[in-house]
Amino acid sequence: MQEQPRLINLEHINKEYDSVEVLRDINLYVRKNEFLTLLGPSGCGKTTTLRIIGGFERPTSGKVIFDNQDITDMPPYKRRVNTVFQKYALFPHLNVFENIAFGLRVAKRPKDEVAKRVNDMLELVNLQEYGKRSVDSLSGGQQQRVAIARALINEPEVLLLDEPLGALDLKLRKEMQLELKRMQQHLGITFIFVTHDQEEALTMSDTIIVMKDGRIQQIGTPKHIYDEPKSAFVANFVGESNIIQGRMIRDELVNFCGVNFTCVDFGFAKNASVDVLIRPEDIVIVGEDVGQLTGTVRSVLFKGVHYEMIIEAGGFMWKVHSTTMQPEDSLVGLSVVPFNIHIMHPMEETAP
Amino acid sequence: MNNLAIPVWGYWLMGLCLAGFVWMLVYSLKKYRGMHRSLYAWPYGLWMVVFTVIPLLLIGYYAFTDKLGNFTLENFANFWDSNRSMKRELMVQGFDPAALGMDARGTVNVSTLVYSLWMALICTLVSLVLGYPTALIMADRSFKMGATIVVLFVIPMWMNFLLRTVAWMSLLEDSGLINSLLKLLGFSKVQLMYNSQAVLLGMIYNFLPFMVFPIYNALNKQDQRWSEAAMDLGANKWTTFWKVTFPISMPGIISGITMVFMPSVTTFFIPRVLGGGNTEMFGDLIERTFLTADDWNVGSALSLIMMVLILFSLGLLRRVDPEGEGGSMI
Repeated sequence: MQEQPRLINLEHINKEYDSVEVLRDINLYVRKNEFLTLLGPSGCGKTTTLRIIGGFERPTSGKVIFDNQDITDMPPYKRRVNTVFQKYALFPHLNVFENIAFGLRVAKRPKDEVAKRVNDMLELVNLQEYGKRSVDSLSGGQQQRVAIARALINEPEVLLLDEPLGALDLKLRKEMQLELKRMQQHLGITFIFVTHDQEEALTMSDTIIVMKDGRIQQIGTPKHIYDEPKSAFVANFVGESNIIQGRMIRDELVNFCGVNFTCVDFGFAKNASVDVLIRPEDIVIVGEDVGQLTGTVRSVLFKGVHYEMIIEAGGFMWKVHSTTMQPEDSLVGLSVVPFNIHIMHPMEETAP
Repeated sequence: MNNLAIPVWGYWLMGLCLAGFVWMLVYSLKKYRGMHRSLYAWPYGLWMVVFTVIPLLLIGYYAFTDKLGNFTLENFANFWDSNRSMKRELMVQGFDPAALGMDARGTVNVSTLVYSLWMALICTLVSLVLGYPTALIMADRSFKMGATIVVLFVIPMWMNFLLRTVAWMSLLEDSGLINSLLKLLGFSKVQLMYNSQAVLLGMIYNFLPFMVFPIYNALNKQDQRWSEAAMDLGANKWTTFWKVTFPISMPGIISGITMVFMPSVTTFFIPRVLGGGNTEMFGDLIERTFLTADDWNVGSALSLIMMVLILFSLGLLRRVDPEGEGGSMI
């Protein structure tokens, strides 16, 4: 994957609507055949970024480079990019077949070619029998497939997907996640996927870009983002987390809750205040006399795979995931291995 | 006789009816909220019976009876041959209409109907050609004046339609505003009134909003993403309009056509004011038959024929637009 060339470059993209800044200095690249996800809460600018790539918005400043060519001012119908829209935007006056055929009809392809390629597409998305149906008669999942087929028929180099799974129920969403991933690998097309669902992003992506307030927070592989979040925001947004304030004693030694912990991070200033991240599943419950911290179980929730316990220790409410349950009000010890303690620069809470 | 003289008990009766109506409305809303929906409908039902069903039945009765109240189809035959009653009168008096050279068919009614249909067709087409781009501009989100244009279209409709039509006279007549201006600029006077074109102008002016608003409504509720999707799939602006925006706005167009064509066919007064005596449309003919010729039976037959024609064209349009979408604004 890493040796693939860069297909799309966004260079210093800024976007303002009526002098309200929605994107600030976005720099990113997309490699060929990559599954890239723009992840962030609503209003973070991820959809705007996608629309700039699709050509529906023009950046206030900055450049969009596609295959070494500046396409910033190119209209959408000339770009080798197709979009699966949020809520699909299927044409209500055309049936399933004609919806999918739209791109070929516009390109004035011969009839038999259209028929063949649309039928191939229907097969790809498993809707062979539905060509004659009206799009309103389809379920959400089926409409979703039509939208994907419609976008794929033009054989784009890049497929843009704007929260395409948002309207589906949980089970269908999981199925579609796998199917999209399979499709992407099978077709060898670059996917740029927009979502606010961190789990979706972790499951499907090669690369995740976390965004907040119109800025990129972090770019990395799912594992990298999850294990090494750059800030408390990323840590909180991607997965569940305990974030506490601490102090670096020296390299590889951090103090929080009044206790010194060995860690693996270095390069911070001496006595620098830091954010310490520990994932709930990385806290090990041990005997009350052998833990690094001792605490009391405050509440227990059964979550299916694991129990989620809130344990008060060292003046902090720890969220702990464990497959064995500790009864409420019992005294337990908590222990964390150095590798699972992650040190971050504190979030500039009030900075613009 | 003074028609306005209402006896004292008449006022009492009207007051009582109004009070009863309000009481029933309040009572039914309070007591039967959501339970007996049919109860809310009775004022409307009453309205329909008094002002629609009974008049319709009366028209039907008059159309199929003669002046003595006997069943007859003579009134419809009169539509086909407007000289028919005159010829009968001659025969009753012992003359032979053919011998007098008076056996020709009277074509006034039929030709007036054809002329009305023709005028309505032209009016509808011109309204569509003018109205669609207007609606398109009004619905354009990047065009900030859209709401202003909507208001500009609505405000004249608050004025009485007779008044608006008469106002055109002061523009078009020989000593009117336009001709005065032309004279001032050194051109010769132009005959603008008392012809079909002036009538057409008055009709289009009056009915254009009924074309614009349904189309505007249909365009306005279109999802912007539909045209974005079309562009995304390779369609330029022109293709996007013809393949997506226009076909999806079809229900609005159908509604607009219906709402312009129907009142156009039945237009009256406008031809009399702007057309002088030179043009007569079917609405005027019906009015004349009722009020001037005082023939309620033939007048009812003419009305019935008109109604059947309108119902027929409505039925045709319903086939194209089963949901009756787009007309919800008016």
